[in-house]
Amino acid sequence: MDKKLEKIVQTLQERFGVTTDEFRDEVHVFVKADHLVEALILLRDKYDFELLSAMTASDYWPRTSPRFHVIYQLTSLAKNLSVQLRVPVPVGGDQPRVPSATRAYEVANWRERELMDMFGIEFEGHPDPRRLLLPEDQEGHPLRKDFPLGYEEPQFTFNYEEIDLRKPYAKE
Amino acid sequence: MGVEQKLGNMGIVTTKLEELVNWSRTNAMWPMLFGLACCAIEMMAAQAAHYDMSRFGMELMRASPRQSDLMIVAGRVSRKMAPVLRRLYDQMPEPKWVLAMGDCASCGGVFNNYAILQGVDEVVPVDVFVAGCPPRPEALIHGVVTLYEKVRGERFKDLAVK
Repeated sequence: MDKKLEKIVQTLQERFGVTTDEFRDEVHVFVKADHLVEALILLRDKYDFELLSAMTASDYWPRTSPRFHVIYQLTSLAKNLSVQLRVPVPVGGDQPRVPSATRAYEVANWRERELMDMFGIEFEGHPDPRRLLLPEDQEGHPLRKDFPLGYEEPQFTFNYEEIDLRKPYAKE
Repeated sequence: MGVEQKLGNMGIVTTKLEELVNWSRTNAMWPMLFGLACCAIEMMAAQAAHYDMSRFGMELMRASPRQSDLMIVAGRVSRKMAPVLRRLYDQMPEPKWVLAMGDCASCGGVFNNYAILQGVDEVVPVDVFVAGCPPRPEALIHGVVTLYEKVRGERFKDLAVK
């Protein structure tokens, strides 16, 4: 771990009781959802992580606690550092919830809307929680691991007619 | 069969009206620009000097559906694009034809997933499917010529409003 980063991670440990993990020089910091916004603001204001360069989520289904990790990739251009904040989100059959990061980074707005579409994660306090990418009538969340992979059964010679019958052809 | 052979020196040509109308339709069929993915590149190549689709009466691609007769759907159509495609089709004046270019437009191609329409025949009636990923310009031109054969065979009574 970078020496400059070590100090920052230590501060986070003292203040929020975070756990850390390192993989190929990438530092992952696991933050509790309650402390997320506070930690982001601290990193932004005190440690010059002025850029939220990526925000995504990852599904660990069939694990349920935590099932999702919401991932915030922060970059400091001034200090040439990057750190990854991960928020584990347990799902017990109901809606996963995370506080919105828009209070710390404006750019999180659309990224959270995308995650709402793709993973069905709810961001509490989001200023504009509308769909971003998917059509209005889309059901389900396509990037979840339990979402069906193929859309329709492939048509071969042996099942051509059977599938042809239920294909939704357009009328003139 | 140049016109001059039929003309003789009388200044008159005799033909069936149906044939004349179909001949004029096939020789001035303006396609609508509907490039959606990599197939559009091949469509541009088919239009450009080397393959020159103008030889078949397709002088120019129209950006407006109101001026076009043929919709070449070149590329994958996402489910979000489907209502737009249908709307543009509805805006085209009769008579109109649709050519599904490439595997994605014909049957979804390799994209068997939630985002892509499994063939544009789910939203618009298609006259000709052109296979290929993407089809070469020759294949597209062959598809267009196949469509011309279909148009030449059309009869007025079949086109009448039912």
